[in-house]
Amino acid sequence: MSKIKIVDLYKSFESKQVLKGLNLEIEAGETMVIIGQSGSGKSVLLKHIIGIMRPDRGQVFIDGQEISALPDEEIMKLSRKFGMLFQGAALFDSMTVAENVAFGLRRHTRLSEGEVQQLVRTSLEQVGLRGVEHLLPYELSGGMKKRVGLARAIAYSPEIILYDEPTTGLDPIRADAINCLILELKEKMRVTSVVITHDMNSTYKVADRIAMLYDGQIIEIGTPEEIRRSTNPVVQQFISGRAEGPITEW
Amino acid sequence: MERPIRIPFFSNFFYELGQVYDLAVRGFRAVFQKPFEKRNFWQQLEEVGVNSLPVVSLTAAFGGLVFGLQAYLAFHRYIGPGSESQGGPIIAVGLCRELIPILVGLMVAGRVGSAMAAEIGTMKITEQIDALFSLGANPVKYLVAPRILASMIMVPCLTLYGDVIGIFGGYTYNVLLMKVNKTLYVQNTLKYFEMWDISVGLIKALVFGLVIAIIGCWQGMTTEGGAEGVGRATTKSVVVASITILILNFFLSKILPATL
Repeated sequence: MSKIKIVDLYKSFESKQVLKGLNLEIEAGETMVIIGQSGSGKSVLLKHIIGIMRPDRGQVFIDGQEISALPDEEIMKLSRKFGMLFQGAALFDSMTVAENVAFGLRRHTRLSEGEVQQLVRTSLEQVGLRGVEHLLPYELSGGMKKRVGLARAIAYSPEIILYDEPTTGLDPIRADAINCLILELKEKMRVTSVVITHDMNSTYKVADRIAMLYDGQIIEIGTPEEIRRSTNPVVQQFISGRAEGPITEW
Repeated sequence: MERPIRIPFFSNFFYELGQVYDLAVRGFRAVFQKPFEKRNFWQQLEEVGVNSLPVVSLTAAFGGLVFGLQAYLAFHRYIGPGSESQGGPIIAVGLCRELIPILVGLMVAGRVGSAMAAEIGTMKITEQIDALFSLGANPVKYLVAPRILASMIMVPCLTLYGDVIGIFGGYTYNVLLMKVNKTLYVQNTLKYFEMWDISVGLIKALVFGLVIAIIGCWQGMTTEGGAEGVGRATTKSVVVASITILILNFFLSKILPATL
């Protein structure tokens, strides 16, 4: 049984049809990287997986359970399975770094305050941050915010981690450190990861499989090697980063 | 709160009304669900109540003064010199039933309703509301319910406080400045002024508190389009809440009996 299964997913916003019958299966413990143009619906897909958005049509299954039909309260209970790193980190402005990281721990676990603080420190150290617990989000650089967002997502050891452009805005060294962390989490915690990115270096480094989202559907799926060798001109244009080709909409 | 389709203006009104109703129902329900968001609730009590005291003090004091001034002029001109002490109960009743609830409602809508829309709207466009959801916190329960409850408690409290300040303003103008007979002024006020007059104002304030919180939160939760969207939501929350307060005030005045 797939860890995540998406069947015939449709979603539109006002007059724009973003997802047009998308199908995708992700196995437990694998790292699936979804690539595609900006505005192609990658983040929308991620938000359907975690239950933030509801499909117009189609189904999303997590461990065989259809979450797209569940009420908010039930989805909220399932959120313990998920950790999500948002594109802009989405840290809570009014809370310190430590409070941000502890937020999910306090909601999802019954740990003592001492244990929560210990896990906050451990999670921050995992993403290479020390001594920032008392800072507020506005005092952090973009890259630091992203790492705090990641620490918050992994703090309560979720089964599935969703990464929305994890390396965007980071310098190459930090970006590679995040890639290593994604691999490390997979090794140590056996998490299932879904990564959305434009960064092909990152894609090739972390992906077990790559899926290309284009025109509301997954048009190609395979291992990094299979994607490299793909004969689909859309995939080739995207992975080689050429302006000329069948993708004309920028 | 996704907005899937674009609809014409008139239908849009009913669509938005439906959104407000839906949020109000879910927000109310969340108030009674465990665990109660204590920390947010205390923060909102402070934000809506304590931090609004200076502006309410000023508006109530000058509202009371000007109401006292007009009552003094009216009695002096139309009934005759010496009749000004009869203005006491009119000032007290008018302030408690109408002017203070309206002034407090409008001030809190401007100060707190806009802040709710801006804060929640910013959280919406920076995906903080999605982050709440992903971390197991129901955004309606976490953000909306504490604001509804705090507003419904603190707007009546501010109104009661404003009543005292306003009545003292009317007294100050008539008795201290215009030398109206103090004993007669107080006697007349106590004779005709009833607890029900205060209660009417407090019932209105309760409704206004609910309106301010619901409209502020609704505008925040439906914010779209970056900084411009936050600005639009903030302005709209104040305009819609103020108009709603003025319209509801008339109907509440009409419905609530003059005496019990």
